[in-house]
Amino acid sequence: MKQMRLKVLPRSALLTVLGGVLVLFSLSLSIPLIFALIFDEATSSTFLQSMLVCALVGFVLIGIFRGSQREMLPRDGFMLVVLVWSVLPAFGGLPLMLHIEGLSFTDAYFESISALTTTGSTVLEGLDRLPISINVWRHFMVLLGGMGILVLTVAILPILGVGGSQIYKAETPGPMKEDKLTPRISETARGLWLVYFMISLACWLAYFLAGMTWWDAFMHMCSTMGLGGFSAYDDSFAHFDSPAIELVAICFMTLAGVNFGLYFLAWRSRSLKSLWTDFEARSYFVLMLCSVIGVSVFLYSQSVYEDPLTALRFAAFNVVSIATTTGFASTDYAQWPLFAPVFMLSLCGIATCAGSTGGGIKMVRLILILKQSRNELIRIVHPRAVVPVKLGRSVIEPAILQSILGFLVVYLLAICLGTLMLLFTGLDAVSSFTAVIASINNTGPGLGEVGPAANYKGLSDLQTWVCIILMLLGRLELMSVLVLFVPHFWRH
Amino acid sequence: MNILILGAGRVGESVAESLVSEKNNITIVDSDPSRLMDLQARLDLKVIVGNGIQPSVLAQAGAADSDMLIACAASDETNLVACKVAHERFNLPTTIARVRSPEFVENDPLTSRSTGFAVDHVVCPEQIVTSYIEKLIAYPEALQVLEFAGGILNLIAVRAVTGSPLVKHRLGEIPGLVPSCEFRVVAIFRNEKALSTLDGNTTIEHGDEVFVLAAAKDIHEVLIAMHNPSDPVRKLVIAGGGNVGLRLARSIALDHRLKIIEPRKSRCDYLASQLPTRALILHGDASDARLLEEERIGETDMFLALTNDDETNIMSALLAKQMGAAKVLAIVNRKAYADLVQGTQIDVALSPAHAAIGSFLTYIRRGNVVAVHSLRRGTAEALEGIILGDRKSSPMAHRRVDQIKLPRGASIGAIVREPKLQAADDQAGARNQILMAHHDTVIEPGDHVVIFVSHKKDIHLVEKLFQVEAGYL
Repeated sequence: MKQMRLKVLPRSALLTVLGGVLVLFSLSLSIPLIFALIFDEATSSTFLQSMLVCALVGFVLIGIFRGSQREMLPRDGFMLVVLVWSVLPAFGGLPLMLHIEGLSFTDAYFESISALTTTGSTVLEGLDRLPISINVWRHFMVLLGGMGILVLTVAILPILGVGGSQIYKAETPGPMKEDKLTPRISETARGLWLVYFMISLACWLAYFLAGMTWWDAFMHMCSTMGLGGFSAYDDSFAHFDSPAIELVAICFMTLAGVNFGLYFLAWRSRSLKSLWTDFEARSYFVLMLCSVIGVSVFLYSQSVYEDPLTALRFAAFNVVSIATTTGFASTDYAQWPLFAPVFMLSLCGIATCAGSTGGGIKMVRLILILKQSRNELIRIVHPRAVVPVKLGRSVIEPAILQSILGFLVVYLLAICLGTLMLLFTGLDAVSSFTAVIASINNTGPGLGEVGPAANYKGLSDLQTWVCIILMLLGRLELMSVLVLFVPHFWRH
Repeated sequence: MNILILGAGRVGESVAESLVSEKNNITIVDSDPSRLMDLQARLDLKVIVGNGIQPSVLAQAGAADSDMLIACAASDETNLVACKVAHERFNLPTTIARVRSPEFVENDPLTSRSTGFAVDHVVCPEQIVTSYIEKLIAYPEALQVLEFAGGILNLIAVRAVTGSPLVKHRLGEIPGLVPSCEFRVVAIFRNEKALSTLDGNTTIEHGDEVFVLAAAKDIHEVLIAMHNPSDPVRKLVIAGGGNVGLRLARSIALDHRLKIIEPRKSRCDYLASQLPTRALILHGDASDARLLEEERIGETDMFLALTNDDETNIMSALLAKQMGAAKVLAIVNRKAYADLVQGTQIDVALSPAHAAIGSFLTYIRRGNVVAVHSLRRGTAEALEGIILGDRKSSPMAHRRVDQIKLPRGASIGAIVREPKLQAADDQAGARNQILMAHHDTVIEPGDHVVIFVSHKKDIHLVEKLFQVEAGYL
């Protein structure tokens, strides 16, 4: 029997870890449970049931495969990450399915993975009428997914050993993950989560002071810090119509788009210098500022808003929200002249930093590719020139540049294929293209049928699954997922 | 003086060569016997084969009776450790170490006698050569610009050319021709020989190598009085990205347009990682005419051949000059070659070992000498010393310049005087005053006096001038 099991499941150690993650995940369901108890909502039993199911499956997995514990291979990290990220949304969607009658598995899975990948597109309507605890759970998953569930697992559970750094690499976005912040990966993961947690607390407090109720502040904090874009209200931030709240959101969305490693360094060295000396972060800040000013001027010059300050207010909020891949809206910006929303959507593909909670190809990849292109031009003029690509003062290895080029090709290919699939299923061109862009960059709202005023409810099941796959690809940065489809991966 | 030299490389060799002629007892330690045999055959010194950081080798070399250790081996580590061993084991009075790393400096706990490596003086020849070249980039008309008194007074070497204001004129006419600044001609070399007497009737001829002392602010004016003004140097090509090339590139990359040609690919990668992107690193051979043409050598303001290899430097500099580089400089280590290229198309031939020797000499010269620059490949020297004592104990204090007995070919050039106390009160931040030496200038205690010595054999006579006689102290 034992022999057979090893034959069938040579990587069964992964399932032990999956079991551990599930047990941990079931614990996180206690947060909405607490809210349900506080507000005396009928959903408390829903969450208890979900918790039990989740924990039970987890323990069963641990129990069955405990004996086959062995050291994880480097490539197992990828498999574990994909396994966890495809299994967890099913459990995350459980409370939604139990509570909302008639919600299909597809839609529950979509809602759940949209939260965990910090995309923030929703298929639910009448959010205002949902119990607070259900909304809290939707938002809390965004917070969990933002820094990474497995990074959290690495931080809390020591079971992973050396394999931990493989998992960390597979789940953390960005092209260069070799430089650890601390000698031990679990320390690094713990440090990142701690920083994330502290900034989140500050965000919660700021929303509360700006005038939200404490539970609204909690939910929108989760959504802001994970750069998700869920809101407890159908009309998103337009519901509050408060410049103070929007300002808080702008600040924390911008902060969450920066590499959290930099906050960790800043906190350890007690100085904010690293935030400005880091080339990527600096480019990100500058790009954000220029985009906001540019779009404000555009909107004002097109007479969308009569008053320049109003133009600035709406431009700042929506541009930052889309560019950081959050997806809040304070107005239906799809009604703006087409340049503005398309520009904002193209920003979401490139703006956020590696190691942040945002999506897209990340600023650092864009910078390196631009530098590489410039060097190609220099080489045409000076054929003998030695011009390495440098980031700040360090030289970037050609291997990393090649992997970035490969990444970009696959990224563009995924966009093309995704758009074709949606077109094939009969969606119109604008909606297809923007839905793909918004999903793969984990942004949320697109344009047309999936615009900021509408949602993804209108999509067919097939279309929903295309978006689900794109969200997953985007969150795990394509390669971590696609490597599973390479025959070499499965050979021993 | 008993001097122990560690390392018989280029620096060690030229230090030995320069000191042995001054009747010092030199012992030189190196692990390479063939280099030592060669030195012993040429110079009157003792050689020891061995590793200079080992106490037994130092003892054999007579460290116990030595007055000074000059550690100029190739590696910083050897030099630092040798100084430490010499101090701990033999209590050697003075230690000088050649240290390339800029992180070990004098008067730092890391190099002090009590807690550190016991290095009294740190000398970095590469840095000296780099500053030398930097001066030439700043003043492209000059052959050499050297600093005295912390930089406010400069010794400038310039080749006089026809068509400039002062050529074919007598020295006596200078104040009338260049009224705006005060400077003093301290020596003129014509056909490689110093003119024995300089007075108001000496004329400056085309081709003369003129040494002038002037304040830092007047350098440019002095230069264009004797040389055609040239455009400021903007575009540079450096051949050879070695130690000196990299140092130089680092300090000038930001305000010059710089190209570096380096034949080793791995070194190219290193250079590119160390230098800002503005500096263009080219992988290739500096004597490859195609490459030079491709990179438009004809439009460069200055071509610097800084490789380790004399032949490459000379050939690539000649090539660059021929292809139209405005000014070319070559590092030439071998004395024979240096004489050979003198007066050819190469504008400046510079020997790193000789450029650096002044800093070693500063610590060797007797008396209160604070700066020494060795000139014309060691045949001439300029010294800056402080006058201490009074009329009785010092041969110079309270005397007029024409009352001081100097050897032939030596002249007092300028005096730097600290402002008197009351003057300092009147004018906050009063600067040190530069006095050009005239026959009736009176030297006072505390003055810094710069003396130019045309013939090196007279150096001990000049050293004595800066000494205070012990009996009167």
